[in-house]
Order: sequence, then C-alpha cells, then structure tokens
Amino acid sequence: MSPTLHDEIREVVKEYPEPRSAIIPALRLAQERHGGWLPDEAFRQVAEALDVTPAYCVSIASFYDMFHTEPVGRHLVEVCTNVSCAVSGAQRVVEAFERELGVHAGETTEDGNVTLRTVECLGGCGWATVVAVDNRHHLRVQAGDVGGIVKELGE
Amino acid sequence: MSSAPEIVFAGTDGGALTELAAYEAVGGLTALRRAREMTPAQIVAELEASQLRGRGGAFFPTGRKWSFLPKPEQNPRPHYLVVNADESEPGTFKDREIMLRVPFRFLEGCLVAARAIESTRVFVYIRGEYLREFEVLVSALEQLRARNLLGDVTIVLHRGAGAYICGEETALLESLEGERGQPRTKPPFPAIAGLYASPTAVNNVESITTVTPIIEMGGAEYAKLGVEDSTGTRVFSLSGNVVRPGNYELPHGYPLRDLIYEVGGGIADGRTLKAVIPGGSSTPILTASEAEKVTLDFDSLSQAGTAIGSAAVIVLDDRCCMVQLGVRVSQFYEHESCGKCTPCRVGTRWLTQILKKIEAGHGTHADLDLLLDVGDHVNGTCLCPLGDSDAIAVASYVAKFREEFLQHIEDGGCPFHGTSSLDGIVAPTDVHEAHAGGAEIHRPLEVVG
Ligand SMILES: Cc1cc2nc3c(=O)[nH]c(=O)nc-3n(C[C@H](O)[C@H](O)[C@H](O)COP(=O)(O)O)c2cc1C
Ligand code: SF4
Ligand code: FES
Repeated sequence: MSPTLHDEIREVVKEYPEPRSAIIPALRLAQERHGGWLPDEAFRQVAEALDVTPAYCVSIASFYDMFHTEPVGRHLVEVCTNVSCAVSGAQRVVEAFERELGVHAGETTEDGNVTLRTVECLGGCGWATVVAVDNRHHLRVQAGDVGGIVKELGE
Repeated sequence: MSSAPEIVFAGTDGGALTELAAYEAVGGLTALRRAREMTPAQIVAELEASQLRGRGGAFFPTGRKWSFLPKPEQNPRPHYLVVNADESEPGTFKDREIMLRVPFRFLEGCLVAARAIESTRVFVYIRGEYLREFEVLVSALEQLRARNLLGDVTIVLHRGAGAYICGEETALLESLEGERGQPRTKPPFPAIAGLYASPTAVNNVESITTVTPIIEMGGAEYAKLGVEDSTGTRVFSLSGNVVRPGNYELPHGYPLRDLIYEVGGGIADGRTLKAVIPGGSSTPILTASEAEKVTLDFDSLSQAGTAIGSAAVIVLDDRCCMVQLGVRVSQFYEHESCGKCTPCRVGTRWLTQILKKIEAGHGTHADLDLLLDVGDHVNGTCLCPLGDSDAIAVASYVAKFREEFLQHIEDGGCPFHGTSSLDGIVAPTDVHEAHAGGAEIHRPLEVVG
C-alpha cells in the first residue's frame, strides 16, 4: 500500500526538533498530491497532520511564491524577468510563450494544460533568460526555443 | 585571463566533483580529518587568522561571528548551524554553482563549522527553486552517510518555497521554525537566541565552503590571498550585457574593468558600457567611468559609495533606460517586501508608482523630488535592510543619471522611444495589478495557429 499524505508528513516531521518546522515540506507534499495547488481539503489534511489550524496553513502558504492557492495548469512555465534576464531579451521570451500558448502571463490555457507566469530572479542571471518548467530550469532560452519547449508540454 | 588560484573550485578542472571518490582524489576530506584533531577554539582561531568575511552580503568576519556563540557550559541548549542557501539577491547565482560543482567541499565545511561551534545539528535552508542543487546535495549527503563520515552530526536539507526575504537571516530562522518568513528585531542576535531561541550560527554557502580550504591551508596562508580587509578569493557572478557571463572565482581586489573586459570578454553586441551594479541589485550603481577605476573589494567599493554585497556584477550597456531600471528594481522590492513595516510595504510601492509615472512621461520636477523624499523616509526606518535597499538603489540611479530622469520629465516621455533593453518588461507585480483591475499591461495578443 502506498503511504498516505498523513504518513508522508509524519515521516518528514521526524527530521525537525519541532513539528511546525515541517510546514513547508508538508504543504509541498500536499500540493503535489492535489494537482499543483492547495484546495481547502489540502489545508485540512496538513493542519491535521501537524496539529495546527487550517487557517494557519493558509497564512503560511500565501506567504510563499511556490504555493498556489488557486488552480494552476498541469504544467507551470515561469519566465524570469528580473534585470539580468530582462536586458538579455526575457521580454521576447515572454511574448513568444504568450503567442504559442495563447494566454497572457498570469493565465492558464483553456485546456488547463499550462500556466504561464513571470517570476523574480531565479538565480541563473548569467545564463539568461532562465525559464523554469515544472521547476526544472532551462538556461539561455531565446524566443526561438519557445516552440520546442511548448511542444514538449503536450496537449 | 587571470592566473588566479582556485580555492572554492579547486580541483574541479571546470567540471563537477559529485562523487566522493573523485573529491578525495583531489585531497578532499583532509580538512575534516584535521578539524577532528583540533579543539573548537583552534578552528575558530584559524578562521580569525584567515580574516574570512561573510560571502552572503554583510561581510561580517566569520570567525568573530562564531566566537559570539556561548560555550555549551554557558548555555546548555542545543547549538545550531544554519546555512543560508536561499540565494535570491538579483544578479547572484554563485552558491548554486558551488553546490552543483563542489557539494562535498560545502558539506565538509558544514561539518568543520559545526565542530567549531560545538553543534551536532545543521540545517541547510536551500531556496525552493533550486531543485537540481537540492538533489545533488541529497546524493552527496547520502554518500557521506554511507561511509559513516558524518560522525554525530545530522544535516537536514530544508527546501524553502519562494520568498527573497527568507535570505535575511532572522526571516530565514522564522521560516525554518514554520512561521511566515518575516524578520525579527535584533538584538538578540542569532548567536545568542537564534533557531528555537538557541545559540545559532547563520552562514552563507560560499562562506561555509571556504572554511574547508582554510583548514587545509591554514588561516594565515589564506589571508595572503586578496587584499587587506578583503582576504581570499570570491566567486563573482557576472551577468547582463557581457560577452561571457558566468561565475568567476578571482581574488578580492581584482579590477572591475578586467572582470568585464578580460574575463567577461567585454560588452556584448558591440555596444558600450553604461553602468554597473557591482554587488547585487541592492547596491548603488556605478557609472562606466567609475567602473573603470574600482577594484572588487570592500574598501574600494565602499569608497566609491557602493558595496561588494553578494559580489554579483550586473553589467548594463547603453540601451538601458535608467528610469525603467528603477521601475524594475523597485518592483522587485515591492513584490518581496514581507509587509511587516509600513515604510517598506507602502514606500516600495510608491517608489514604483512615481517611477512609472516619470517613465510614462507624466512626471514633473516635483515628482522627482517626491521620489527622493519617499526614499528618504523609507531609508533607515525599516526593520531589515530590504526597504532601504530599494530606496538606496533608486536614489543612486537618480544621482548618477539625473539628466536622463530630467529628459523624461521635460520631453514628456522616454528618450529611448521603445528601444531600451528593459522596454515592455512584465514584472510579477504588473501581473498582480492587472488581475486586481489596476494598471493596463496587456498588449494585444497575436495568437498563432
Ligand atoms: C533582504 C536580505 C536578503 C538576504 N539574502 C541573502 C541570501 O539570499 N543569501 C545569503 O547568504 N545571505 C543573504 N542575506 C544576508 C543574511 O542576512 C546574513 O547576513 C548571511 O546569511 C550571513 O552569512 P555570512 O556571514 O556567511 O555572509 C540577506 C540579507 C537581507 C537583508
Ligand atoms: S523592511 Fe520590508 S522586508 Fe524588512 S521587515 Fe520591514 S517590511 Fe519586511
Ligand atoms: S535575473 Fe533572471 S535569473 Fe537572475
């Protein structure tokens, strides 16, 4: 039998002197199980496993960029538009994604496959433009590479 | 290129040492063996002799920081080593390459540092976006564990979840305790009451990695590298409009000019140098002529009115509009403000809005005064340096490129007429505002196929 979310969280808790310290890993595990975002049900599960309130979990999740409190696409495409990427052509990369996907930055494709967003510095400024696809970093991305990346994400 | 000695990246030959055997083949684990024969006080003394200063941004002497922790007999609570691997200062990407290429030198440094502060519990707080780096560390840690090399030390690799402010050490500790990552009031400093109110040393990845070679070669030998007050080497993150961006390990005191033109291959696309941000986006900008004169160390950059910060050198060519730069930098701080202090939460937003107005050609001379006035009210009134950083950075753009700001005001628009390298850039805050029904950012879409 595969472990439940509750079991997985209790396992992570063991790494820390205080259970509450496990809240980020716990929310991450819950988000993975709920299709990339955190519905109310996920907050209830995490709260129960860590012995905190769901409201507390919401307050933590809302603080961090990598947690989503609203539905997102099956894939997440994040383009860095901070200064080093911006002066190296990030805007053209964003526009290429917008054209290929038919959505603006901040939106999800109609079929629910891809959410596109712009993000702050991803820590790869010397390899601009940096694009994170489901947390895997593509480096030195140019507008011409975008079609290939989108194709790999499928329908 | 320079014949600079490699200290942090020694033995890598341009590649990565991700297998323990390969690391040992280039002398790895010597420091750990040596440190285990030394007393904690002797390790701290080596660090003091090396004059290593923190590579996270504040440049605080590492040995001295460790000496502030009470001895276990003075405070019996567990002592913690917390490594700051949250690297998020725009322009900075060195810790990432260190973790990818010399993970064992880094983990060895953790074990030596833990011994120095008499700690058996280490937390590495790694930014959530660094997934591959996390995986490399997991594998390296597993290899050390399999060989029983960790002794009585537990190292927990803790992934963050996307928040620049969690790089500030007390915010990081809050986050690690499972709270929202908002900075604490200091004092007490982490050395006295840090993680779970226990004595804690917080150190940057590069600082900790450098501990290893310092114990190998001896502190006095390390101190011979670099220049006075800025000893040793530094991994500089070079980005922006240069031919060869990347991380370069060079001795402190290296001329900025040579980093850009020799190591970095000069300005890309045949353009000319306009400005350099020398130590991450929080540091004041240098004009091209100032950049010609400075060397990359604490003293030279301080004298030039800026700072070495995280050693992230952002090079900007003549296509960069300084008002747009101000907007984009300010948007970052606005987005990352944790919201705890009003001057920062509100001030960063005002700075962005005034700059946007000037960029749009609707600004007046009074707006320029207001911009600086708002900055003055943010600077020095905040709990942590985040708010100050925005104010100081923006003020430096106005001070160094005042003419360009005035041109926007007097000509009623951007003198670049849509050709600036930052033109039309969409920041996360732009998207949030559009969703909240605020500013209009969306250009018409040309949908293909
Ligand atoms: C807003 C803010 C963000 C910071 N981000 C980082 C960071 O990402 N990485 C880091 O090592 N230090 C960062 N620092 C500095 C830390 O607070 C702290 O000084 C550092 O981790 C200490 O390590 P060191 O002495 O080895 O440099 C930041 C500071 C501030 C105010
Ligand atoms: S200065 Fe800004 S980021 Fe720092 S504590 Fe205050 S509100 Fe938070
Ligand atoms: S500016 Fe894009 S990764 Fe840093």
